[in-house]
Amino acid sequence: MTRTTPPSTTGGPSRRHRGEIGAVAVIALFFLVVFPLLNAHGVVSNFTINLWGKYLCYALLAISVDLLWGYTGLLSLGQALFFSLGGYMFGMYLMRMIGDLGQYHQPIPDFLVFLGWTALPRFWEPFSSFPFALAMVFLLPGLLALVFGFLAFRSRIKGVYFSILTQALTYGASLMFFRNDLLMGGNNGFTDFKFVVGHDLREASTQRGLFIVTAAVLLAVYVGLRLLSHTKFGLVQRAIRDGENRVLFSGYATAHFKLFIFVVAALIAGVAGALYVPQVGIINPSEMDPRKSLEAVVWCAVGGRGTLVGPILGAIGVNALQSWATVGGTAEYWLVILGGLFVFFVLCLPGGIVSLPQRLSFLWRKAKPAPAPAQTPAAAAADPASESS
Amino acid sequence: MDNKYMLTVEDVSKTYDGFKAITDLTFYLFEGELRTVIGPNGAGKSTFFDLITGRAKPDQGRIEFGFNTDLTQLNEYQINRLGIGRKFQTPSVFSEHTVWNNLVLSLKGARGVFASIFHRLSSTQRDRLDELLKLIRLDGKRDWKARQLAHGEKQWLEIGMLLAQDPKILLVDEPAAGMTDEETHRTGELLLSLAGRHSIVVVEHDMTFVKQISNNGQVTVLHQGSVLCEGRFDYVQSNPKVREVYLGRGKADK
Repeated sequence: MTRTTPPSTTGGPSRRHRGEIGAVAVIALFFLVVFPLLNAHGVVSNFTINLWGKYLCYALLAISVDLLWGYTGLLSLGQALFFSLGGYMFGMYLMRMIGDLGQYHQPIPDFLVFLGWTALPRFWEPFSSFPFALAMVFLLPGLLALVFGFLAFRSRIKGVYFSILTQALTYGASLMFFRNDLLMGGNNGFTDFKFVVGHDLREASTQRGLFIVTAAVLLAVYVGLRLLSHTKFGLVQRAIRDGENRVLFSGYATAHFKLFIFVVAALIAGVAGALYVPQVGIINPSEMDPRKSLEAVVWCAVGGRGTLVGPILGAIGVNALQSWATVGGTAEYWLVILGGLFVFFVLCLPGGIVSLPQRLSFLWRKAKPAPAPAQTPAAAAADPASESS
Repeated sequence: MDNKYMLTVEDVSKTYDGFKAITDLTFYLFEGELRTVIGPNGAGKSTFFDLITGRAKPDQGRIEFGFNTDLTQLNEYQINRLGIGRKFQTPSVFSEHTVWNNLVLSLKGARGVFASIFHRLSSTQRDRLDELLKLIRLDGKRDWKARQLAHGEKQWLEIGMLLAQDPKILLVDEPAAGMTDEETHRTGELLLSLAGRHSIVVVEHDMTFVKQISNNGQVTVLHQGSVLCEGRFDYVQSNPKVREVYLGRGKADK
């Protein structure tokens, strides 16, 4: 419906689009229905579905990085911050839901008792409400991105300076959250959650429900961004990546576009964090570690940046690899493996996993003796033509 | 009196770190005029365009568009929306977009964030784009990615993108750079055909090309950030000062 730009010149949905819709529908059906059903019948373990719930949260985080980096050319190293803020906002709600079931059996969270508080600090009060906490999951990351993005883009901060600035913002925030007097749990953060909207988090059915919600959010984000990328907005976004000056001199206020995208990316990361916390059971300032943001960048690079499927594949693939590699003797080499993976993909397969089929068919064609003479521009044009038709 | 000018530049100066890029420059552009600006490297041609298009702010002087619109207070996209389009020296097209999408992005109309999300091309706009594709001779390559085009074709695409904006003033920086003689000649014909409907300023080095497009129009010679002389091509060419600073040296270089 929103496809306004060139594909629509060729008439209804093409074969390629229909193929994509079909593939997405099958995968969505699997994660939303089949996988949870298998879990309910004991085929898939609770541990596995919980682990996959975590992967899908990371996939959302990776999409948020890629929306900025792959689509707009803005390498943000601050997405872990928005992820954590969303997590903390939802964590405050979960902390309130513990009630007096904590270690100290007080009506306020344990860490506050430990710090000598007898009553709830005022700013904690509204977080007993689920709708309020949910609103804050969007509001806090969104507003921070709005203010920070406004200042950064108005001052035309670009490239590596933007990356450093977002990194610094994240680091500063993590230092703040490490402090006990912020009353956000200090370096232990929040944990020992018991209930979410009346359901016991230790129940398999609750974890299954959270998994389904996560998969549904991921699907919604995927579809939403897919539609957005087909609008003129999507064209402007990628044009900013490839030549911001030309966009600016074509009458577009590029700062407004970048700000909008930055806020949307922060919202996606925030939601991902909020979904992550009840499934993993803990949120603390280590989630804001600069390494976390960098890992998300690696997921994008491995999966294939500038695509929507790439970050999802990368996040799941790298984390699955990590789960596998950090068991046993190889654990201490994980960072070396991760770094090696990044270097390998940047040097050997810059398009990531998603470019693999295309790359292989290219090598295949090159390996075979070419029947036709040297490739002509017309042959090269076959690519984009097939892509847009 | 000022009103008959599309562009008024008066006593403008611009200094970068002590280097005087533009000094007391005065320049008027009539409506529908095709003006050629020549000058050796470092004469201030690019800075001149930067000042008009809002990329740089003058230290002093007046830059006005049409009926007394002060351009020095506006930024790049605001100035572009008024109807001043700029073609860069090195072709700057969106390399990962198709030829068609390059034009869609440039087409006059929706420029805001939300407007662009809900934008749909009308059939009139489609026709206009098809017309432009023919004009820039890229109608057979509408689905090519811009990066796959030859250098000259990219130059034409960028001219097409400029025209899609339907600007009142076109600022064209070395359109013939990297083109074959035939392409250069065709570019000249295109620019000549656009004069009248648009006011055009062309910065160029290639003297054959300048001679072709100046076509009895005015040629302005810039030197060290000021206008050295202004007049018909023949007059400028025979001016001893011009020969000294530009033409003579230019020939020696070649």
